[in-house]
Amino acid sequence: MPMLNQTILNATHRAHGARMVDFGGWDMPLNYGSQIDEHHVVRRDAGMFDVSHMTIVDVRGSRVREFLRHLLANNVDKLKTSGKALYSCMLNEQGGVIDDLIVYFLDDEFFRIVVNASTRDKDLDWMARQGSRFGVTLSERRDYAMIAVQGPTARSRVHGLLSADGSERAGKLGKFVAAEIDGMFVARTGYTGEDGYEIMVPELDAVAFWNRLVAAGVKPCGLGARDTLRLEAGMNLYGQDMDETVSPWEAALAWTIALDPEDRDFIGRAALVAQQRSGVAREMIGLVLDDKGVLRHGQRVISERGDGEILSGSFSPTLGKSIALARVPSGAAAGALAVDIRGKAMPVRAVKFPFVRDGKACVGI
Amino acid sequence: MSEIPGDLKFLKSHEWARIEDNGHITVGISDHAQAALGDLVYVELPALGDELTAGNGAAVVESVKAASDVYSPVSGTVVAVNEKLVDAPETINGDAYGEGWLFVLKPSDSSEFEALLGPDDYAEMIENEEH
Repeated sequence: MPMLNQTILNATHRAHGARMVDFGGWDMPLNYGSQIDEHHVVRRDAGMFDVSHMTIVDVRGSRVREFLRHLLANNVDKLKTSGKALYSCMLNEQGGVIDDLIVYFLDDEFFRIVVNASTRDKDLDWMARQGSRFGVTLSERRDYAMIAVQGPTARSRVHGLLSADGSERAGKLGKFVAAEIDGMFVARTGYTGEDGYEIMVPELDAVAFWNRLVAAGVKPCGLGARDTLRLEAGMNLYGQDMDETVSPWEAALAWTIALDPEDRDFIGRAALVAQQRSGVAREMIGLVLDDKGVLRHGQRVISERGDGEILSGSFSPTLGKSIALARVPSGAAAGALAVDIRGKAMPVRAVKFPFVRDGKACVGI
Repeated sequence: MSEIPGDLKFLKSHEWARIEDNGHITVGISDHAQAALGDLVYVELPALGDELTAGNGAAVVESVKAASDVYSPVSGTVVAVNEKLVDAPETINGDAYGEGWLFVLKPSDSSEFEALLGPDDYAEMIENEEH
């Protein structure tokens, strides 16, 4: 068996009694006891996740904005002030999703991108290949650890650990904006549907910072809770909800496609426009199972328009029942739907997602 | 990890069985199994009167993480099921060898029980599994 990658916090997780799991080649905490308790802590108070396995790439060059206008399906020209972040897909020529990412604008010659851990190699390859003619340089920031602190009290707990000036500046950060604060890169972003920060901290300071967060009342949480939190928040997981065979139209990511202005020639644009014109055969919908049971990845969805499949499915700790994202034939949500669970057709309801926002069930769930 | 009670017998697939004074056999999943599954959220129990065959699927336990079949350690007729688990599946996480029992069988062949793994052999098996 190949050696698993470890983050700088690995020994800290083990000392806290984490149950570890192989997560895309990384030895990561699944939970520290109860995944459901960790989920509730983030919805009601503050929890934190080691997300140092994710890939941070700094992109520099005089033509970096031009490069990103070409590389990404969302438009980096929406980013006008330093620190502002944008969620985007990176597509292939067929309109399939190579990865989803967050890009931060820092200055006219410097953007920072965070991509998934499991897609690191192909992403760096693709960016280097596409970037060569724009003369940009890519540098991976393995010198940073990353800690996501999330929940209704997350920001105030972090503020208590910052300098007076740092705390004041962090308090003024808008949603989806980042800043250099006290030697860290503090971004008001997340993957849980709660307020909070994703903090890039120099690796050598990461263990001490983690321990200070624990002392400030932030509870360590594993990737198990992270998965149920992001699913309730209706956020896609790369590799499960979309991949290179799926276009953003089919993954409920139309809101991330910027077709205006018409002359912005980004990779995958022609394919997306053609798909839009001819109509998309499949769509992603939210499902709720009101009966007992759990919707899971790979289960068959039965509809009047043909079969679909469960993409991300799990028990929702906030709702106390199972929810899922599913890909079904377009229009199927208007008719009756059921999911094949161990040979039984269990009726499910199509719903709008997010399923949960600000700690509460959304209307109609 | 809690101690394994000495009166239990096991299947390799992590079910436990205990013979009661009246000869009936109570079945559950091991503490090791509940820890590996994580928080349980749903339990599908057999019906009273079901005829179960040793080694065949008898119940399903689902955690946030995964669904897992529960096999019957012995053959027999279901004479009781733990209805409390339907609304409180997490009982299994808290007390796998006690309050978290799944069902009780009236066995059809008592020699099947004797052939199951003893607690020491089971403990050794999970010890080896972890290394």
